[in-house]
Amino acid sequence: MASANPEIIHRALEKGAVTAVRYRFMERLLLVGAGVFGLLSLVTEGRLLLGLCLALLSVSAYRSIKHSRLLTAALTGLGSLFTAYVLLSFVDAVDNPAQGFWFQVIASWLLAWMCVEQLAAIKTLSRIYATALNILIPVLFGVWLLILWELLTRGFNVPQVLLPAPSLIAERFVESPHILWADFQQTFLKAVLIGYALGCGAGFIIAILIDRSPFLQRGLLPIGNLVSALPIVGVAPIMVMWFGFDWPSKAAVVIIMTFFPMLVNTVAGLSAAGAMQHDLMKTYAAGYWQSLFKLRLPEALPFIFNALKINSTLAMIGAIVAEFFGTPTVGMGFRISTEVGRMNVDMVWAEIAVAAVAGSLFYGAIALTERVFTFWHPSNRS
Amino acid sequence: MNKSSFFPVMLVAFAIIVVWYSFTVVMNLPWEKSVAERSGTTPSTMTMIRNTLQQERPVLPAPHQVVTEVINTTFKKKVTSKRSLVYHAGITLSSSMLGFFMGTVLGIVLAVAIVYNEALNKSLMPWIIASQTIPILAIAPMIIVVLNAIGVQGLLPKAFISMYLSFFPVVVGMVKGLNSPDRSYLDLMRTYHASAAQTFFKLRLPTSLPYLFTSMKIAVATSLVGAIVAELPTGAVAGLGARLLAGSYYGQTIQIWSALVVASIIAATLVMLVGIIGDWVNRRMGLAQSTPSGAH
Repeated sequence: MASANPEIIHRALEKGAVTAVRYRFMERLLLVGAGVFGLLSLVTEGRLLLGLCLALLSVSAYRSIKHSRLLTAALTGLGSLFTAYVLLSFVDAVDNPAQGFWFQVIASWLLAWMCVEQLAAIKTLSRIYATALNILIPVLFGVWLLILWELLTRGFNVPQVLLPAPSLIAERFVESPHILWADFQQTFLKAVLIGYALGCGAGFIIAILIDRSPFLQRGLLPIGNLVSALPIVGVAPIMVMWFGFDWPSKAAVVIIMTFFPMLVNTVAGLSAAGAMQHDLMKTYAAGYWQSLFKLRLPEALPFIFNALKINSTLAMIGAIVAEFFGTPTVGMGFRISTEVGRMNVDMVWAEIAVAAVAGSLFYGAIALTERVFTFWHPSNRS
Repeated sequence: MNKSSFFPVMLVAFAIIVVWYSFTVVMNLPWEKSVAERSGTTPSTMTMIRNTLQQERPVLPAPHQVVTEVINTTFKKKVTSKRSLVYHAGITLSSSMLGFFMGTVLGIVLAVAIVYNEALNKSLMPWIIASQTIPILAIAPMIIVVLNAIGVQGLLPKAFISMYLSFFPVVVGMVKGLNSPDRSYLDLMRTYHASAAQTFFKLRLPTSLPYLFTSMKIAVATSLVGAIVAELPTGAVAGLGARLLAGSYYGQTIQIWSALVVASIIAATLVMLVGIIGDWVNRRMGLAQSTPSGAH
């Protein structure tokens, strides 16, 4: 029946027959699965309302695909979120959640997957709509990851030492802002930012200096490339010995870790401009500095930002690992290693959440700056 | 390294060694001075400088001290001895290799899933990238301790951290590689009426190999870092990371430096090995020219 539909054939030709057929199959599989598990929970547990809801929902979603993917996505997405909410509210009420409970979890999870599957299949030409979708899809995925984590840890009574539920971590996060802020200040605002600025700055300046000498370039680049692959975090104990327990030793580790990627990338970027462009600058009678600032540095920006992005992660790692070798009694690495010893795993996770947020924001800020400065680059003009 | 850069590289390496020696003298001199002051003697400057190069626990050991220590602890000790660096390097290497292997397999599987499923591409890929902005090494001690609590010990916890670090470059490189075939090649496969499996094995997989090896070079280096860091919180039992930690506890700077040197040699060797295997495979598949420079 479907194969006779000219609209479907047209679309199949458009995006490759294989993809179109597989999508239909996937959709059916997910919805049938959700429906079956909804019914199963109805049979085993007698959860009349939820089970029936899930089954009905999947049937209606199945009918609605032909009309609108957005409608299906909204139906399945809202349905799955609602059931997740209900499930979360009585996961503690049941001592040992029975089969029916887990059937419902699976059913609502399949519905959520279906929702993502639908959203991802929407083809649109509108910029805003596409951006909204590209944000909404990963957010949904992340939310569902948290929901499953919460349900699994509480449903199976996973010992808190192994893996605390997200709600417990959030509670701990809200309870101890002072400790977290002090650690953040010590590790991120002092060690990471200062070390990062000095390391990247030094790498950049040295790169510009050796750029004038092809001899140094040929000598330093292979060594720089080699050093970039080495386990540089290993210098942490040495730096702690040299510069003491406080943040300067951590900043020193960060400087060493960030220096070489910056050096190598900047040197590579400075030679990115083509011969034609150099010739053009020559016909303008541009001096060394003019062609450096007007041609070669802008051309090198994508490389430099690449190094800045790599370094943002390296800097966090360097600062935190260096704290394992000795710190004053404050700092993210210190907190993590001592709280692990005390089996306060929820505090460790709260600290990790801080590190994750700080790391992502740091990276995001650099990526945003990159878009502002390299708007002309082909990768940003799609 | 090609022929034209051999001489410059040697010169720069020589310069680094000279700078190292001068730093050794400068940084170790205060200690020599205080020793002379305490004993009430006034040795000549030359003697003091000579002494800075052979201290027991120097602030910065001289290169030859490190080399001697490395040779002593690798060739002159039994491999099974706890003081042999070969023994410690073997422990670190085995967990990092296991982690590298698991990470590569996981990376390839994820990449295939991402390339073939648009929903995964849009939902999972942003999180994979975000996961790398998290300083994951920070949770290394927790993973070790927690896995230890449920009875998982030995190689696996360390390998797990190596895996986490090494899967990312593989996923990113492989996704790029699997998507690298030209539109026209994909069209050609369709005119042959090739099945999805055929398109994958005869077109997508071969074209992705250069990308795979480039990212495996990054992955193998990071997996070693992961294994070393994972050894830090286990209480300094064995491995290169444990040597670093023990050295920092007892102020054995020469021991720290020799562990670092061995770790660096291993990392460089591993990267080179992957590079050689990659070149060989690419040449066998006739892809030698199209090797991408940096699939990151």
